[in-house]
Amino acid sequence: MNLLLLAIILAFSLSSYFFGRSEARKLVTGNIKLNALPAYYGYFLALWCGLPALIIFGGWSLFESTIIKTLILSDFSNIQSRDLFYERTLSFFNGNFSGEITNEIKVASERYAYLNNLAHNSKIALVASAIIASVVFAYKKIKNNNKARDDVEKILKILLFTSSLVAILTTLGIIASLLFESIKFFSTINIIDFLFGTSWSPQRAFVRDASTITPEEFLELKDAFGSVPLFAGTAFIALIAMCVAVPIGLFAGIYLAEYASTSVRKYSKPIIEILAGIPTVVYGFFAALTVGPFFRSLGESLGLTVSSESALAAGLIMGIMIIPYISSLSDDIINSVPQSLREGSYAIGATKSETIKKVVIPAALPGIIGSILLAVSRAIGETMIVVMAAGLAANLTINPLESTTTITTQIVMILVGDQEFDSPKTQAAFALGLTLFIATLFLNYIALRVVKKYREKYD
Amino acid sequence: MELENKKIKIQAKNLNVYYGAKQALFNINLEINQKEVTALIGPSGCGKSTFIRCINRMNDVIDICKVDGSIEIDGSEINDKKVDVVMLREKIGMVFQKPNPFPKSIYDNIAYGPIIHGLAEEKNQMDNIVETSLKKAALWDEVKDRLDEPGTSLSGGQQQRLCIARALSVSPEVILMDEPCSALDPIATAKIEELIDELKKSYTIVIVTHSMAQAVRVSQKTGFFHMGKIIEVDSTDKIFKNPSNKMTQDYITGRFG
Ligand SMILES: Nc1ncnc2c1ncn2[C@@H]1O[C@H](COP(=O)(O)OP(=O)(O)OP(=O)(O)O)[C@@H](O)[C@H]1O
Ligand SMILES: [Mg+2]
Repeated sequence: MNLLLLAIILAFSLSSYFFGRSEARKLVTGNIKLNALPAYYGYFLALWCGLPALIIFGGWSLFESTIIKTLILSDFSNIQSRDLFYERTLSFFNGNFSGEITNEIKVASERYAYLNNLAHNSKIALVASAIIASVVFAYKKIKNNNKARDDVEKILKILLFTSSLVAILTTLGIIASLLFESIKFFSTINIIDFLFGTSWSPQRAFVRDASTITPEEFLELKDAFGSVPLFAGTAFIALIAMCVAVPIGLFAGIYLAEYASTSVRKYSKPIIEILAGIPTVVYGFFAALTVGPFFRSLGESLGLTVSSESALAAGLIMGIMIIPYISSLSDDIINSVPQSLREGSYAIGATKSETIKKVVIPAALPGIIGSILLAVSRAIGETMIVVMAAGLAANLTINPLESTTTITTQIVMILVGDQEFDSPKTQAAFALGLTLFIATLFLNYIALRVVKKYREKYD
Repeated sequence: MELENKKIKIQAKNLNVYYGAKQALFNINLEINQKEVTALIGPSGCGKSTFIRCINRMNDVIDICKVDGSIEIDGSEINDKKVDVVMLREKIGMVFQKPNPFPKSIYDNIAYGPIIHGLAEEKNQMDNIVETSLKKAALWDEVKDRLDEPGTSLSGGQQQRLCIARALSVSPEVILMDEPCSALDPIATAKIEELIDELKKSYTIVIVTHSMAQAVRVSQKTGFFHMGKIIEVDSTDKIFKNPSNKMTQDYITGRFG
């Protein structure tokens, strides 16, 4: 039904384009000159026809169910577990309820049917009147030969502005919810214990509402949420990944940009970029099933104990995953170093490798650092490979052969399965998310500062 | 005449240059005298840059570029596989159309060449080279207190003199200049021209220019290129006062399309 309404709005809007255009053409009689091309009058009318109706339609659809729910529940103020009651009412209404049918459910369901119908009809009425009102308004303007080009520009500008506003507001909303939940978490668990505690075992936290935790339980919980092992694990695995990715990626980028012939470049660049297109799960099981066991048997033959899920395996595979980011970015950056710098260096007798080492790389450095930092935040945010290859045990270790875990992995572990939303364990995920967010923000800030500093020096 | 007494420094014989299938220079024969300024003029795309880049084998860098024919410097062939281009380019410096200082400090810009060629063993030797090069390029007084600043922080004219100083740092014998003033204002241009006048006492200079006035002011000998061929070479005086070719006449008087 909604789909049909939407289609009708769009159809009206489309036809009003043609209508507006032909009306504008009719205006051209005698010495009246149009203020814009006729098509602009078409756009103008179409936008006025479609936008208000769509906005009303969207807004109504967004809030309809909430309003109906509030209205119904306000009639049944004496009912416990209200959400459940409402769910039951809905499924009764839809004819797929199989529990005990109470009188209240019946009444509520009838009320729902009535309200739903009402809402639906008024939505159609509202949309229709919006279309009529705005088309009449816009049509009058066209008749007065308005400056349709400027008006269309204005409408489009507002549309684009709204889009960017949506993007910004969503981001703010996400940050706010992170903050909000984290604050709840930190009201149970001391922030110092969280940031500097060295033991992470959230499974000790009871799956239930934070407000009902007894003081004894609280003491028990106090050192279950030390996030240091997670941050250490994250940094450690990222470090291993960068040790793999930076040299290989950078050298590959230099080869592609400076040495490879055009034909080699044409084929090898897409091939390297395919690496970036492989889903991380695939890397993950490659790491878990091939590389991990390989390291283990290798370690055993050398007399070392290697757990089959190791930081080394995860870091290595993550590094391989990141190579194309670094190589193709640094290739682009090195390519954008002006040829005149290279020629200046050759002209004084420098060889190719001297020129690359002493002129090209320094000139490309800000961009290269930028691409490396981008790769670092990519490594920090990577989850799948770590879940599969590095394990879940929150060991605080710098032995690459042991298993470790990362922040993202733990967030996944906390949130999979059934969770009570208010338990400290769930809230811990938000706190971790917030800390991760702040950490990457800080990293990006540093990256920008570094890049800017070099820019000033070299540009 | 004076021209006759000059020693020939560079001699191009039957030089042909191709970019892929397209021929850019046809049978060029040109003699460039020692310790004198030779100007190359001609309409855009006529092959002046191509020619000047043959002298230090810069065209080697371009894959599709094929050079054949001979260029002799002090009587020895440079278009020979056996010639070490690193040594050749130490002897023949080049200054480009757009100033191209390296993304390094002023000091390091000058020290770049001497380091590559191993010209200084100690720090104070290097300091010395940097100072003399900058003095020869008439830039020392302006930058002596800011040698650590990036070369790119200088003005355009200063950057170009920095590039000249960079070329001088390895004590070349020849300096090639490809439109060195085209990105500069008249004052900076005048400074560079003054400098060229000074430098010709110790260096052989080849300069490409689009400015007739500049050719007249700085050069002793001028070659006129057109469509990859040399139309006329003679003393600058003769070329600009009494050219023997109609095309040269048209070009220098600006009647040329
Ligand atoms: N890298 C290149 N690849 C292909 N063709 C080239 C290349 N460089 C120059 N050419 C061609 O060779 C011819 C001579 O070019 P050249 O740069 O020597 O001209 P020029 O006299 O220096 O011109 P200008 O005064 O504009 O600098 C031109 O037709 C140009 O298109
Ligand atoms: Mg040129």
